[in-house]
Amino acid sequence: MKAQPADHPLNGLLRTERIPHIWCPGCGIGTAFSACLTALLNSGMDLTKTAMVSGIGCSGRAAGYVKLDSYHTTHGRAIPFATGMKLAKPELNLVVFSGDGDLFAIGGNHFIHGARRNVDLTVVCVNNFNYGMTGGQAAATTPTYAKTTTTPLGNPDTPFNLPLLAYAAGATFVARWTILHNRDLTRCLEEALAHRGFSFVEVLAPCPTGYGRRNREKPLDALHLYQEHAVIRNGASPIEVELDPKRAITLGTFVQIQRATCIDMYDKVCRPAVAL
Amino acid sequence: MKPAVWTGDHFFTGDIACAEGALAAGCRFFAGYPITPATEIAEHMATRLPEVGGTYIQMEDEIASMAAILGASCAGVKSMTATSGPGFSLMMENLGLGICTETPCVVVNVQRAGPSTGLPTLGAQADMMQARWGSHGHYEIIALAPASPQELFHLTITAFNLSETYRLPVLVMADEVVGHLSERVVIPPAAAVKTRERVPASGRRDRYKPFQRGACGVAPMAAAGAGYAVHVSGLTHDERGYPDMSAAGQEKMMTWLTEKIRANRDKIIQTESYRLDDAEIAIVSYGISARSSLAAVDEARAAGIRAGLLRLVTVWPFPEELIRDLAGRVRALVTVELNLGQIHLEVERCARGQAPAILVGHAGGAVIPPEEIVARLSAVSRT
Ligand code: SF4
Repeated sequence: MKAQPADHPLNGLLRTERIPHIWCPGCGIGTAFSACLTALLNSGMDLTKTAMVSGIGCSGRAAGYVKLDSYHTTHGRAIPFATGMKLAKPELNLVVFSGDGDLFAIGGNHFIHGARRNVDLTVVCVNNFNYGMTGGQAAATTPTYAKTTTTPLGNPDTPFNLPLLAYAAGATFVARWTILHNRDLTRCLEEALAHRGFSFVEVLAPCPTGYGRRNREKPLDALHLYQEHAVIRNGASPIEVELDPKRAITLGTFVQIQRATCIDMYDKVCRPAVAL
Repeated sequence: MKPAVWTGDHFFTGDIACAEGALAAGCRFFAGYPITPATEIAEHMATRLPEVGGTYIQMEDEIASMAAILGASCAGVKSMTATSGPGFSLMMENLGLGICTETPCVVVNVQRAGPSTGLPTLGAQADMMQARWGSHGHYEIIALAPASPQELFHLTITAFNLSETYRLPVLVMADEVVGHLSERVVIPPAAAVKTRERVPASGRRDRYKPFQRGACGVAPMAAAGAGYAVHVSGLTHDERGYPDMSAAGQEKMMTWLTEKIRANRDKIIQTESYRLDDAEIAIVSYGISARSSLAAVDEARAAGIRAGLLRLVTVWPFPEELIRDLAGRVRALVTVELNLGQIHLEVERCARGQAPAILVGHAGGAVIPPEEIVARLSAVSRT
């Protein structure tokens, strides 16, 4: 007989019948995921009216484990899918949980337009600097010179500064934490959930199997880097928070502003007579 | 709020008729991207949807448009998009998601000539095989081919009803000529419009299976926020929606996805016959080409050629048995279409050699004139 796992405080939010999950030992996604679930529990939101939408990739599997209405969509398309859902049924709370490859390479165009419209979504991006699911290829977030299976000599490209991108595109809540800063991350996610408008939280997380292996970074090494180089600067200008994982990892909530959401504006401009 | 059904006699284009058909069918969400010759559908929806409490959004591209209408449908709202060739190509990815996740919605393709940018302002019927097989993987699809603005109105309603009945995206394969043609369109009173409403999930949450494969049809669909905590995935999945990464799981899901359409072919397929009973030569056509064909049948009859027309209202699933029976009764089958032989090949396949299959095709950019069809009919009748 299989041993029954002790009751976990997040069990109510998990499809326990789908556990064990697919994530590797040492992977940071699980920590980001449980921070997100804890934030959902603490948020006081009506969880029957809350849906999680994911794209494709290791982080994209989150939608398969959460016991909410959950949608595991196509690669890069979680944001437009969630946008349709939110606009069709504004009372829903929408969380997009996905990875950096999904949200910022193939899904980059959707990300900037979601931010521009200020669609009321909470977008959580687990950034592990590479495509984990397919075995560790270069992403739009891979640091310059880092090795991946498709940059065997080192990455010649420049990665995105995600908070700057989000801010420039119009996101009204922008933050970055790492999985080491679990409590800050959880609290930040609660704020992001409570924020009306497009909120974006970047979560740095190790991918030992894909990225770590080729860059001499064991899971603990990544956490040490987070510890040694983290600088918490709430309110820092997104232009100054460029990541340099071996030198400077600026964390905090950088942007928190109020702007009418996509639905606010649609009601105001297009259907004032029928606005709720 | 203004009425959703614009009851009365109108004179407008096929594109407007399509948008009005969608509203009459209960569509309350449209996501799209401008593209000739389908833009007028989006423009009309942008005005009309907020009037009836619905939502219009112009997305960043057609990939996002297709994703957004699936999201809206999963939230419980009937949704659609409209596009043309290049946009249709971009929609293929999420069309597959809609098929795999059994999400109802309607996709209108006002076809223009391709490949690539092609002739943006001129008609063609050359996306018919893309409609059948454009997304990767093996699947069944439903595609309708309207031949007039009036029919675009009605078939858009039919498309919504079929999509709800069988839980899949349904394609309305119009063309530039029908889309831009202005004609009389009669819209019936709201009470006379038959719409199929979604069956909501009911009963115990722990017993509900969002993808139950039942003998009595598709499973009721729990919308997001209905309290059923559904999981919906584009991965091969079981009846709970949970991924099943096995050949056996794939076989089960695929059997269901294909059989739910195949087993109901008779209910889905609509065709129209014109002077076919005693015909020696049968024309098979659809959309705008069927109108040229209709004129050609009368002209040919006047010249003593016993021609008839089988008009395909439903192109996919293909009326295989009908074509096979017809092939056994006539001397030749002539397919008339604005491409270089797509449905023609299906007709030839289904005829099984009982009668020769002949194509009157055109690369696109102009309507096939009836005279061209008559000339071919008389050549065939002399052989
Ligand atoms: S491959 Fe990397 S990102 Fe994916 S589960 Fe393994 S460690 Fe995590």
